[in-house]
Amino acid sequence: MTKQFPPGTYFMQGNQACAEAAIAAGCRFFAGYPITPATEIAEHLANRLPQTHGIAIQMEDELAALSAVIGASWAGAKAMTATSGPGFSLMQENIGYAFMTETPCVIADIQRAGPSTGQATKCAQGDVMQSRWGTHGDYTPIVLSPNSVQEMYSLTIRAFNLAETYRTPVIFLADEIVAHMRERIIIPPSHEIRIVNRKKPRKTDKTFFNTGKTPPMPSVGDGFNVPVTGSTHNKHGHRYTADSVVHRQLVEGLASKINKNANQITNHEDYNTENCEIIIVSYGCTSRAVYETIELAKKKGINAGSIRLKTLWPFPEKAIQTAAKNVKMILVPEMNLRQIFYEVERVVHGATPVLPMNKIGGGEMITPEELLAEIIRGVSNID
Amino acid sequence: MTPKRVDVRVSGLGGQGAVLVGEILGRAAVYDEKYVVQTQSYGAEARGSAARSEVIISDKEIGFPKVRKCDILVAMSQDALNKHLDDLKENGILLVDKNKVRDVPKVKAKVFSIPATEIAETASKSRIYVNTIMLGALTKITGVVSEEAAKEAIVDTVPKETIETNLESFGRGFEFVGSGD
Repeated sequence: MTKQFPPGTYFMQGNQACAEAAIAAGCRFFAGYPITPATEIAEHLANRLPQTHGIAIQMEDELAALSAVIGASWAGAKAMTATSGPGFSLMQENIGYAFMTETPCVIADIQRAGPSTGQATKCAQGDVMQSRWGTHGDYTPIVLSPNSVQEMYSLTIRAFNLAETYRTPVIFLADEIVAHMRERIIIPPSHEIRIVNRKKPRKTDKTFFNTGKTPPMPSVGDGFNVPVTGSTHNKHGHRYTADSVVHRQLVEGLASKINKNANQITNHEDYNTENCEIIIVSYGCTSRAVYETIELAKKKGINAGSIRLKTLWPFPEKAIQTAAKNVKMILVPEMNLRQIFYEVERVVHGATPVLPMNKIGGGEMITPEELLAEIIRGVSNID
Repeated sequence: MTPKRVDVRVSGLGGQGAVLVGEILGRAAVYDEKYVVQTQSYGAEARGSAARSEVIISDKEIGFPKVRKCDILVAMSQDALNKHLDDLKENGILLVDKNKVRDVPKVKAKVFSIPATEIAETASKSRIYVNTIMLGALTKITGVVSEEAAKEAIVDTVPKETIETNLESFGRGFEFVGSGD
């Protein structure tokens, strides 16, 4: 295989598509600890990164894996790790460190059934709130949610671009189904792929943190004198843990860097939403049942539409608020015991009924038939 | 005539290569310029637990990726057959490994019984080729993918050192059903 993956139509696994996209996005460092159902990302990058002058390392655990990624990012590399629920839990402290030090990196969490080691080989969507609130303190993460092999590719590239644009860790929250399935995928030629690289400092720059916008990021060896610390620090990186103003400005600044750009970051896909009476809000593998459900509902005389979330955070509040004004009901199917449901309910704020549909599948997805039954039940309760 | 959508389930025990057959079949369908989704289900064990692979081949984009009712069922163990037979559509196609499946209940389906393990052990000299023998038979019987695409997909999927024997094994399955059930 050559350095550049030749463009064309392929039959590829989701995890492999993620790994190839990482390379296309400019990722040259991977550190990880193997875990089902994310292992193929490590496996593929261990094979491919050395061919692109990159490095892939298997670390002793997930704590070390993300530490190495953060270090590589400060050495100037685009870097990522990949894990699943149990490893994602172990990474939480370092995810906070990445937020606090404004370190661009991509953390792929391929969800499996938890809690704990749960079902290693089975699909679930139980890490949604962990991706939002997993590390301690206040922050706004960017979390992306792919639903196809094609999006395992395109959203991985987007994850790197967002990480570089905003100098922040980005969570790539996939699931076992999307990561392990194989599908037809079109790999675009490299000139059609938009790549964002981090802003480097000018020689005279002195401020590298919390500048109100995305600050320039020097690399180790560039000749800048930059302390990097997870403790409260000022714009130069100097530790200021006793200063209430510095701390407030830092934490609020890190959150607002993402929040004020939420409109550029959030992304969703509308399907059949014009004049529909019911909206299904879904994401990831669960959304794959929705298209067929809409067809089945049509046969029953019910006009349903779909809003599929491609970013979970920042949460696409406006899209859902707008949709809520015109429908009789919103249905939120998830393979967990209600996580995004509460977000939808929060932003809809009583404008229309929001119904949860939850399944701890033990490996089984929510089927179109199950979704249809829920729609029919919901409609009969409203009418 | 090629049907618009075909749902295939390949089932067996971990280690028999059910997942690999799904992968080859899916890749072949892409070479035939179809839409395709392949998923799998297996246990945490390397071999011995139930394993299955599902492939949906269609002229249209595919939403739900899992097979609920299959047009074609391949069963490479008795347990696999017992577990999945109910999901075979009426007048569907059932392929079993005759050496592993002793008891095929009466069903409204076209049943093909192939001594795949025996062919693998005698002609291909290893049990590991049982899956490509079944794939050969499947390709011949159902035409769900073209023979050329299936062979090309084998070459692009299996480890280099096994390409030749896999292609021969595919041919053995293909020829066997050609000679009648």
